[in-house]
Amino acid sequence: MSNHRVAICGIGQTERYRTKLTCSLAGLVREAALNALADAGCDWSDIDALIIGKAPDMFEGVVMPEAYLAEALGGVNKPVIRVHTAGSVGGSTAIVAANHIKSGLFKRVLTVAFEKQSESNAHWALSPSMPFRPHFNSGAGGMFAPVIREYMRRSGAPEDAGCYVAVKDRVHALNNPHAHLHLPDIDLDTVKNSPMLWEPTRFLESCPSSDGACAMVLAAESHADTSAHKPAWVHAMAMRSEPSFYPWREEVNPEASRACAKDLYAQAGITKPREELDLAEVYVPFSWFEPIWLESLGFAESGQGWRLTLEGATSRDQGGDIPWNCSGGVLSSNPIGASGMIRFAEAALQVRGMANKRQVDGAKRALGHAYGGHSQFFAMWIVGAEKP
Amino acid sequence: MDIDLDPIEQLDAPIYHRYHATSSRAITPFLHAMKRGELLGHLSTATGKVLFPPLGACPESGQATHMPVILSDSGTVLGFTTVHLPIPGSKLVPPFTVANILLDGADQACGHLISECEINAVAIGMRVTAVWRAKEIWNNSLENIEYFRPIAEPLVDIDELQKQCLIKANHRKKSAQGDQDA
Repeated sequence: MSNHRVAICGIGQTERYRTKLTCSLAGLVREAALNALADAGCDWSDIDALIIGKAPDMFEGVVMPEAYLAEALGGVNKPVIRVHTAGSVGGSTAIVAANHIKSGLFKRVLTVAFEKQSESNAHWALSPSMPFRPHFNSGAGGMFAPVIREYMRRSGAPEDAGCYVAVKDRVHALNNPHAHLHLPDIDLDTVKNSPMLWEPTRFLESCPSSDGACAMVLAAESHADTSAHKPAWVHAMAMRSEPSFYPWREEVNPEASRACAKDLYAQAGITKPREELDLAEVYVPFSWFEPIWLESLGFAESGQGWRLTLEGATSRDQGGDIPWNCSGGVLSSNPIGASGMIRFAEAALQVRGMANKRQVDGAKRALGHAYGGHSQFFAMWIVGAEKP
Repeated sequence: MDIDLDPIEQLDAPIYHRYHATSSRAITPFLHAMKRGELLGHLSTATGKVLFPPLGACPESGQATHMPVILSDSGTVLGFTTVHLPIPGSKLVPPFTVANILLDGADQACGHLISECEINAVAIGMRVTAVWRAKEIWNNSLENIEYFRPIAEPLVDIDELQKQCLIKANHRKKSAQGDQDA
């Protein structure tokens, strides 16, 4: 198999990930794509193929939107591929796009991921009625709450550890002009006093419903010099999935998550992620998933992830050694299908030194992470400032 | 064109799909059993684990399953959440508690409601039993059970429960494979 280096030359995001009632799906994705092309110093004609991702179609009620959006994204008479991996799709889409460069098939690919949550109701869309079974309608929050409670039971973490994550990521978001939520007055008490939605998850420990798109121009080494800024380089990428339900399935620290991280770190030659990475952008839609993934991804020992959060290790503002989600993360913006790609793109922006007010000084290597479904789909990449 | 009209930025237009399901050979006995008020699981001979509700295949081995196992309508709460957020189109009025319940004899938890109990009293390891709807309206559905209610038994250590279940599964696997060899 060919093994060409993959450069991230252009990154584009929509202006701000909040409800946009006066903009169509096509307008939304085109805004992100144009921003990515401008950053890459490219035009539509420079693009060989279009790789699109989004979460399930019920989230907007538009079936196979990739067909309708191809025109708005310059995809006419070009290969167009749609990727489906639920909430992890933004990450998986970037990986599918990168593999099309890595293989040598294309020189330059435009990859776009999006969601326009204001078009429908994601909780409703995530709670379909199944034959022969009672219909609960408890949404994503209801699905993950028992997992969170199980993590709390096993780790013995203080009951407010999740509230620290909720505050930390919203403070980070104040440095990110794209973030949906800008909550300058947030503090622990505000989070603790916010209503319970799906016990033990509170309103302010949950992600918002956002509209937005993220786009990247990926290029082969020979085509990586068009941007006014230096590119980021893909050092490693991995995907894994597992079934939603099987007997005694490990839901807190899923096998697919551990296997994905193991493969990723082996490719990048990483044995101590907390020391060898400068930052991480990790899919944390509910606060407690920060300690859960800190452990699953090897940044902390089993049962100890919450300690890193409480010590401020994951906070950029507190000078933590391994900042997580300097962008404000999924807790501050969740255009679901785009959220994974935003994690991947923010990691790349950091190693390019282009993260402005949310920049981690001297960032050289960063992790981008996404998960979806019943904690069953995983996509991860490591990007670096230097060629791998 | 009348340009003075106010724009309509958003309009609720819900979409529903109605499916007519045809049951497979594997799931038909489960559906008939439901109508009789029996909970029928499947033993996976590849793993020795008992699946409920049975979908006709073992998710771990991929092998077809058909060996019926009648399960108790009592079980143990492995996980739960109390939902406070109303969702469009739902008949349930929050707050309500949804739990993953491991029926006695099964290896796979099944989602259902918990009631007749203070929200704060629900706990991991709590023992519960099914409250059935009136027999006259029983259908081919788990909805014949209205909810589960707590029973006066001590909390179960779910780590120990898992260990015991896996030991039993291993015995069933060996015995099933012994039957095949014979």
